[in-house]
Amino acid sequence: MITNKEQMNIVVVGHVDHGKSTVIGRLMADTGSLPKGKLEQIKEMCAINSRPFEYAFLLDALKDEQSQGITIDAARCFFKTSKRHYIIIDAPGHIEFLKNMVTGASRAEAALLVIDAGEGVRENSRRHGFMVSLLGIKQIVVLVNKMDLAGYSKDVFEKIKNEFSDFLNRINVTPLAYVPVSAREGEGIVNSPSKMPWYKGETALAWIDRFEKEKPKEQQPFRFPVQDIYRFTEDGDNRRIIAGTIETGSVKVGDEVIFLPSGKKSNIKSIEGFNIPERKIISAGYAAGFTLDTQIYIRQGEIMCRSSESLPSVSNTFKANIFWVGKKPMIQGKKYKLKSASTRATVYLKKVINIIDASSLDTETNKQKIEKHDVAECILQTLKPFAFDLISKIEATGRFVIVDDYEITGGGIIIDSLDKSPSFLAEHVEQRKFSWLRSSIRPEDRALRYKQKPRVLIITGNNSELAENLARNLEEMLFNKGKSVYYLGISNILSGLSGDMKDITTDRDEHLRRIGELAHLFTDAGMILITSIPDLDLFEKDIIETLNSPYETVLINYGSKKFNERSSLYIDEDAPLEKSLDIILEYLRDKEVLLEYYI
Amino acid sequence: MDQLDKLENISIYILREAYRDFKNLGMLWSIGKDSTALLWLARKAFFGHVPFPLIHIDTKFKIPEMIEYRDRLVKDWKLNLIFGSNFDALEKKETFPHGNTDRIKCCKNLKSEALKHVLSGEWQRYRFDHKAQAYLPDKNNAPFTGVIVGVRADEEGSRSKERYFSPRDVRSDWGIDDQPPEFWNQFKTDFAPGTHVRIHPLLDWTELNIWEYIYRENIPVVPLYFDSGKGKRYRSLGCYPCTSPVDSTAKNVADIIEELRSGKFANIAERSGREQDKEGGGTLEELRRDGYM
Repeated sequence: MITNKEQMNIVVVGHVDHGKSTVIGRLMADTGSLPKGKLEQIKEMCAINSRPFEYAFLLDALKDEQSQGITIDAARCFFKTSKRHYIIIDAPGHIEFLKNMVTGASRAEAALLVIDAGEGVRENSRRHGFMVSLLGIKQIVVLVNKMDLAGYSKDVFEKIKNEFSDFLNRINVTPLAYVPVSAREGEGIVNSPSKMPWYKGETALAWIDRFEKEKPKEQQPFRFPVQDIYRFTEDGDNRRIIAGTIETGSVKVGDEVIFLPSGKKSNIKSIEGFNIPERKIISAGYAAGFTLDTQIYIRQGEIMCRSSESLPSVSNTFKANIFWVGKKPMIQGKKYKLKSASTRATVYLKKVINIIDASSLDTETNKQKIEKHDVAECILQTLKPFAFDLISKIEATGRFVIVDDYEITGGGIIIDSLDKSPSFLAEHVEQRKFSWLRSSIRPEDRALRYKQKPRVLIITGNNSELAENLARNLEEMLFNKGKSVYYLGISNILSGLSGDMKDITTDRDEHLRRIGELAHLFTDAGMILITSIPDLDLFEKDIIETLNSPYETVLINYGSKKFNERSSLYIDEDAPLEKSLDIILEYLRDKEVLLEYYI
Repeated sequence: MDQLDKLENISIYILREAYRDFKNLGMLWSIGKDSTALLWLARKAFFGHVPFPLIHIDTKFKIPEMIEYRDRLVKDWKLNLIFGSNFDALEKKETFPHGNTDRIKCCKNLKSEALKHVLSGEWQRYRFDHKAQAYLPDKNNAPFTGVIVGVRADEEGSRSKERYFSPRDVRSDWGIDDQPPEFWNQFKTDFAPGTHVRIHPLLDWTELNIWEYIYRENIPVVPLYFDSGKGKRYRSLGCYPCTSPVDSTAKNVADIIEELRSGKFANIAERSGREQDKEGGGTLEELRRDGYM
């Protein structure tokens, strides 16, 4: 019953006015892919508006476009051949709309690059060629269009072919073919050209049908970016499902898996789904769900891999090629958001190695910012390490976008993983040492006065209510013992210092940074600060620890599970409250935080 | 993986992205085949659950079978459904054909305006209470920040330019000239306060894909899509004054697929039975800029 015909996305790119929309209009019309009456309707509209009919009007369905005569956005249309169905994306050729061209091209599996025979190779012919290869499209056919206006001359065609081949060679791109066409006259698009007997090759459509579907990526190592962790309890559902899309490889029930960057391991217990037969194995392309045979705590953004296969890099520093479409340039010292597979991270531009002019391929080496439409080779650094692959190894986990002020402003590919370098926070703390006006009262003097050493005590666990309760009781106990202590409730931060943050779950790094700086003020004043932060991981502990330096941070793991392997203390949440408080008190005395026996 | 698998898995990915990043998320359910297929995809994405409310803009001119079907599914699948209407325009009879307006104005009043104000929470929403088995006024009037919509790029011109994640400003306007870029599978999931984002998981599906999926998954659809013996059926569902059935003897999903693939509708646009599309050149586009789904 279901034919379920193969479908392919193709993008049509090229310089403005080189005839991209006309090529598409012709493809649709000559393959009989237009809805009945559509052609007549457009022709009629042209007659009413006294404009000559053009095939491009079929696509330019929107008003502004017809008034300006250029494609603003990447429009999609459909056509079919006996081989398969195509979604064809008409990308705008005007430089102002480059981000729309990118949007169109990044969905495509193959590209048609249109060059006007009269105008020849222009700036955006080259830029689009470069962009298409950066975006990962490997199949390109070049159409030399408007041959009718060039007298169907073989020389014109050959000259353009040679010039453009030289350019593409420099970026290691080899097109499948160069085809001379006249979209307006219908020469060489679907029908063999009658006016260019010198051309012995195939038509544009024949080449399109030769594009190959991307091969399934089952043979590559397994990569499953964790998109979310679901626990929908309605109707007694008690599954804890790790959800995401398998980018590469395959996995089966019973396999040992490792989550990166956390390094936690477990085994696949089941493959979940709705209205599907039970599965024991699943592979690339599927939006899947898994349950694990142990309850480990993992986060959105981690990559689940198979322990037995080659693993992604884990680092906070990497080399990348970035393509920038933001109105404001990307600059050093500014905080950006990075989205790579399911990772969301805070990222900084550390260094621009060079800026490549996507059209001339000239490079500029002494510019330290990335401006609109620049392609830059640069080094980026995230606040915390994350897991990624090099683009040459696995594409889906080797690319990223940059978000600035709510907008996607750049896209990039990771070309190298660099050694973990001191984080921006560590550098910040180094600088802070110099600019911080230390009081003439020495920390030792404060310690003597308060009979305590300053500390930040963080209670972490997966039950935030219990952790908060312990923290409050600890504050009270220490206060009653005469200590200078303060409990910092998360809700107090949210309604005060972080009142400007819309949602701490989406910007947890910034939230933690603020807690870290705040903690440093308390410890610098000689106080003991207690707070409870649920689910604090190793890297997050680093953030607070770094910012609180030179003072010490104590992490108390509260709960039956070892939540954070670098905790100073482990307390079972089943233990009576009194007992838990005693353990902490004992520890603080032991470490001479509480100077009760000080003489 | 075949073509339907591919479309299904991308749509699921998009739904999960939306659920991950938008706290006040809802899904428009027009009762038609597309948004019902979308509802099914949501159940797939969330392993049998639909963890956000479905929103139905009830023009009160819907064909009665549509409402019956809606309420049946809400009960059977335990859905969280809210509806809202432009009661003011209905009361003042600013509607077509009985009132003093044309088709476009009626669409604007009963759909665009209602949608805008129901999404923002300014107008009363009614939620189906599964205990009371009735629609009760909803106390929650928080504005939706993410709205999932089942539009397809092949429906008509303006829809072919949509993004998967498409921002709307405070007035629900669509800034078509300056849309955000989408690189690979990274979408606009960050949004400024006061704005909201429309999410379109079905953008790459065609009408035929939808019917093939309904067939494969055995998804229940409104019987109005089938000929009940009179040689007529609806191809696209809307309000009864402006939607007319087409001549067809397709009695089930398989017949419809056959009809679309090689039969009489193989080359006729789906919305040809929708009268409002025919008035003026860029009508639907104007409505869309104005917030029409």
